[in-house]
Amino acid sequence: MLNIDSIKNGIVIDHIKAGLGIHIFKYLGLDRADYNVALIKNAESNKLGRKDIIKIENIIELNYDVLGLIDSNITINIIEDEVITKKIKLNLPEEVVNIIKCKNPRCVTSIEPNIKHIFYLVDKQKGEYRCLYCDEAYSNMEV
Amino acid sequence: MLKGRHLIDPMDFTTSELDEIFSLAEKIIEDEGRFKDACRGKLLATLFYEPSTRTRFSFEAAMLRLGGSVIGFSEPNSSSVAKGESIRDTIRTISCYADIAVMRHPKEGAPKLASMYSSIPVINAGDGGHQHPTQTLTDLLTIKCLKGQFSNLTIGLCGDLKFGRTVHSLIKATSRYENNRFVLISPKELRVPDYIRKEVLDKNNIQYVEVERLEDVIGELDILYMTRIQRERFFNEEEYLRLKDSYILDMDKVNRAKEDMIIMHPLPRVNEIDYEVDEDKRACYFKQAKYGMYVRMALIMKLLGVEENA
Repeated sequence: MLNIDSIKNGIVIDHIKAGLGIHIFKYLGLDRADYNVALIKNAESNKLGRKDIIKIENIIELNYDVLGLIDSNITINIIEDEVITKKIKLNLPEEVVNIIKCKNPRCVTSIEPNIKHIFYLVDKQKGEYRCLYCDEAYSNMEV
Repeated sequence: MLKGRHLIDPMDFTTSELDEIFSLAEKIIEDEGRFKDACRGKLLATLFYEPSTRTRFSFEAAMLRLGGSVIGFSEPNSSSVAKGESIRDTIRTISCYADIAVMRHPKEGAPKLASMYSSIPVINAGDGGHQHPTQTLTDLLTIKCLKGQFSNLTIGLCGDLKFGRTVHSLIKATSRYENNRFVLISPKELRVPDYIRKEVLDKNNIQYVEVERLEDVIGELDILYMTRIQRERFFNEEEYLRLKDSYILDMDKVNRAKEDMIIMHPLPRVNEIDYEVDEDKRACYFKQAKYGMYVRMALIMKLLGVEENA
């Protein structure tokens, strides 16, 4: 197992499905970070077989809806003075606003200025969402 | 309670809320004169962003027969929309003037968006190929008045079942009642979309068959719902010409049907029902148009919350 220093104050994003870590890393802009960050790919996991982990030596703002949408199995650990002070288990959000954009060219979102793109969860198992306006279906895997 | 509600999707109302509307519609049919002042002093705004003479006239006739008044536009070029006004701003402004609004729009979800910013009830009068809930109410009232029930029926749907939104809504709406069976008659290319098959029919264990020839199954049907194969739904002319005449209902076919079968059609027809069929007692599509006006009268009254004996 690769040895990565434990962090003093920051965030550990754990149980990321192997392969998705790089997308989350980029989404959070960590490739441009000027503080310590680590992306661990394909770490061994009892639960998942293989998983990705991101360690961030900083407290940054996270959008749990976006992260839950990318991978609802993620666990977020908040570390203070080398101790886990908060553990957050993510879920698929019931509603997502301005994260997915409706691709249906016939949808009202294609013409109305400054409209909120709203999607609601219709099938938790399949991770299926529908546009609030036109009912166009999206899978969370497309995000 | 229907007062103040919007009607955007045919499934917005429960079956008991629909029953409220249908029983009021039946009272109106029985004694229309009693309702001639029911909406006196009320104003209906018709916001038609694309032409639709039939639906607009039906709504306008409904409001006028209830003693109410109508304002609106029938194509966007004659309104502030031509200056680039957003749907949100239009409905907010109209909410200041009118008591209830009806919207038709070529973009899917436009009436839904309007309803989110409106302080008056919004009725979806068709949003592109998406929803047309008052057509579904029309179809259901026709079935109730002419068949007396919503259950234990064999319902044949014929023509363009792929793009026909009225067909999809009718399947969803009648699937909520017990023991109905569907006979889906269409060319392979225009069969019902997968989501109707999986999410409505299979999911609710509803019996259905998919066939290609109307004459083979017409004898089983209690209701035959014909639809037009719309030219604008095709990607090319060749495809349209190949399929457009596939399903024409003539007296040869009608003669094989049950005596009490009813023939329905959302109108306008092109050539899918031969004019000779109009004289047959089973032809109900013009009655259906009349039921459409009555159900809109009942809907307007319920959403405005006006008293039945006003």
